[in-house]
Amino acid sequence: MRGAGQQHPGSEFVFENLSEKFQRVFKTLRGEAKLTEENMAEVLREIRLALLEADVHFQVVKQLLENVRTKCQGQEVWTSFSPAQQVVKIVRDELLELLGGTTARLKFAPRPPSVFFLTGLQGSGKTTTAGKLARWLQRGGHHPLLVSVDVYRPAAREQLAVVAREVGTPVFAGQSDARPVDLALAARAEARNKGCDVLLVDTAGRLHIDEELMAELVELRDRMEPTEILFVADAMTGQDAVRSAEEFHRRLNTTGVVLTKLDGDARGGAALSIRSVTGQPIKFVGTGEKYDNLELFHPDRMTSRILGMGDVLTLIEKAEEVIDRQKAEDLERNFRMDRFSLEDFREQIRQARRMGPLSQVLALLPSVGPFRNVPKQDVDDKALVRVEAILNSMTAKERVRPEILNGSRRRRIAKGSATTVQEVNQLLKQYDQMRRMMRSMSGRMGKKALSQFAASAPGA
Amino acid sequence: MIQTLFGSPEAKPGLLERFQKAVQSTRSSLVSRVEDLVRGKTEIDAKLLEELEETLIAGDVGVGTAQEVLEAVRGQVSRGQLQEPSRLKSAVKAELLNILKQTADGLPRTVVPPVVILVVGVNGTGKTTTIGKLAFQLRAEGKTVLLCAGDTFRAAATEQLEIWGERTGCEVVKQRPGADPSAVLFDALTSAKARQFDYIIADTAGRLHTKVNLMAELEKMRRTSQRIIPGSPHEVLLVLDATTGQNGLQQARQFTGSAGITGIVLTKLDGTAKGGGVIAIARELKLPIRYVGVGEQKEDLLPFDPEQFIESLFS
Repeated sequence: MRGAGQQHPGSEFVFENLSEKFQRVFKTLRGEAKLTEENMAEVLREIRLALLEADVHFQVVKQLLENVRTKCQGQEVWTSFSPAQQVVKIVRDELLELLGGTTARLKFAPRPPSVFFLTGLQGSGKTTTAGKLARWLQRGGHHPLLVSVDVYRPAAREQLAVVAREVGTPVFAGQSDARPVDLALAARAEARNKGCDVLLVDTAGRLHIDEELMAELVELRDRMEPTEILFVADAMTGQDAVRSAEEFHRRLNTTGVVLTKLDGDARGGAALSIRSVTGQPIKFVGTGEKYDNLELFHPDRMTSRILGMGDVLTLIEKAEEVIDRQKAEDLERNFRMDRFSLEDFREQIRQARRMGPLSQVLALLPSVGPFRNVPKQDVDDKALVRVEAILNSMTAKERVRPEILNGSRRRRIAKGSATTVQEVNQLLKQYDQMRRMMRSMSGRMGKKALSQFAASAPGA
Repeated sequence: MIQTLFGSPEAKPGLLERFQKAVQSTRSSLVSRVEDLVRGKTEIDAKLLEELEETLIAGDVGVGTAQEVLEAVRGQVSRGQLQEPSRLKSAVKAELLNILKQTADGLPRTVVPPVVILVVGVNGTGKTTTIGKLAFQLRAEGKTVLLCAGDTFRAAATEQLEIWGERTGCEVVKQRPGADPSAVLFDALTSAKARQFDYIIADTAGRLHTKVNLMAELEKMRRTSQRIIPGSPHEVLLVLDATTGQNGLQQARQFTGSAGITGIVLTKLDGTAKGGGVIAIARELKLPIRYVGVGEQKEDLLPFDPEQFIESLFS
């Protein structure tokens, strides 16, 4: 029995080294108020090194650094940032953008069975991924049929048959001497007969420069018209990732990528390379040898993995807290302008909830408004959850113009937030008091209250 | 690179443009790129070396190793030993070759048969295929070879090895799926010893080097081998995929720690990947590269030739 296995202690070493490196750079930069070409160069040099060590293709690295440099230069240094933090944040945002912000979905055919191809180089993990994907589809209420058209590698079709048995999905065996196209066509007919709505076609591993086998895939695609052509790529792939991915995409119009073997300690820079040459989204990642170990791709996780972990991430998070503080300052301005809407109120609660345990959060909250009657020592999380639920159940219009909240709207909100009309009324009353108080504030007293409020915002 | 990123005023637009054009196509070969750089320049400057670094990185040589190699060449330039840009490439080649030649010698020791070869590596590098090719080669030399189906985990791994057994005329010792790999090895070793086979090649399941339990399993296989045939395993081959990037070094480190690697087989060199990562491995772990895999047929295993390998990095 193979256990999940702990991470080897040695594997963290790489990351530690990296974050130490970053830390060193940050230290030298700390205290500098402005981005200069020199200190930018040093951070960017370290980032370049980190990305190259993570196997991001050197041209992609180059492009990325150019983008970052342009963005940095166009920007003023935020007062509350160190220059290095600002650069790292811009790098991270750039990586996030490159990796694609939205979760990609599988595309199904209007008339079943939908045909999905699994393609890629030898040993990238196509067959294992086929098993995992079959299980994923089953869980989503689909009925997949598996077929292997790998007539080349010894025991490849037997392997898929064993996988199918373990996952509990049907597999199309077919004739032992059939051609790949005939196997696939027969499997599709079988899927129709059996009422399977997805046909997963496990193709033979091949080199992107193998003209004969690439042509075979093209023929297979033209005959089968798959809605998904997934390029299965090993997360450990180096600089060559761009060539294979580019060529597979050029020949086949791949629709997405599955990144496998992410349970190792490879930093997975190939993800960036592949993404940037194909433009296709990474749809899944393989994170283990069990059939359940298939996950949706998370660009944010991949970003921190590629860039390096630990302190770097913390730094960026700190940077974002500062941005939140700036949002709080906007809020303060709104107060002054007498425009404290329920929208702003909700934003404040959201920020507060992001900060952690409620007792700590409440200690920071203003002693005015809805919370002034709340005993700070002894409060349960549900109070804040309910307040947010009520606010969430309002429409955007209602939050901006609370005066339109009539009895019918209040009943709807109470129902939507699983609270009572009384609770909704109470919240609105408290909000109204808070707003009136803000309005009446003037002179030194008002300013004191405002600064107190601003200090309560996260990041302060 | 950084200097060019910041648009240093000294940059000659002609060279920069030519450089950009040269790197635009990933398909353009390393050699033409280097020659492009060399041809237009009459003296070697830092920029040229930096661009050369980039081309080495493209071959997966790795930043660290590339910088070390270029540092040595830079030293030659500053000492005046190297002035001709046209000799730059050969100087870099010589440095790389030097690293490869400082590995442990690849000559097999004389041992009393059976010689035990353990084949290990991460998932999907081509262990079973390599075993098939190796068996074919040994059979061609007239040796008797027993194959051990030590991958009891992956679906149909045993069947795959059995097909290679048929192709090469080798017997395969196996057990049921999920069996303890050390138990299968025990059977194979006992049988090979009793029946006086020349070689026994043991397959193992692919495993990521970060999985402690699975790495311990390899240690157990080593111990089993040692107990039945003292001094064995005589060769522990790490099968490394040439498309692998900087993680290859980490693989080599961990597998050396657990399985006592004695040599490397670099597979899938018939693609466009250069496999430059083995240079970093040779530099740090002094592990020799024994064979290279260049295809899926039984003949497609070649002895490693350092000169040829370095040449191919530049072509």
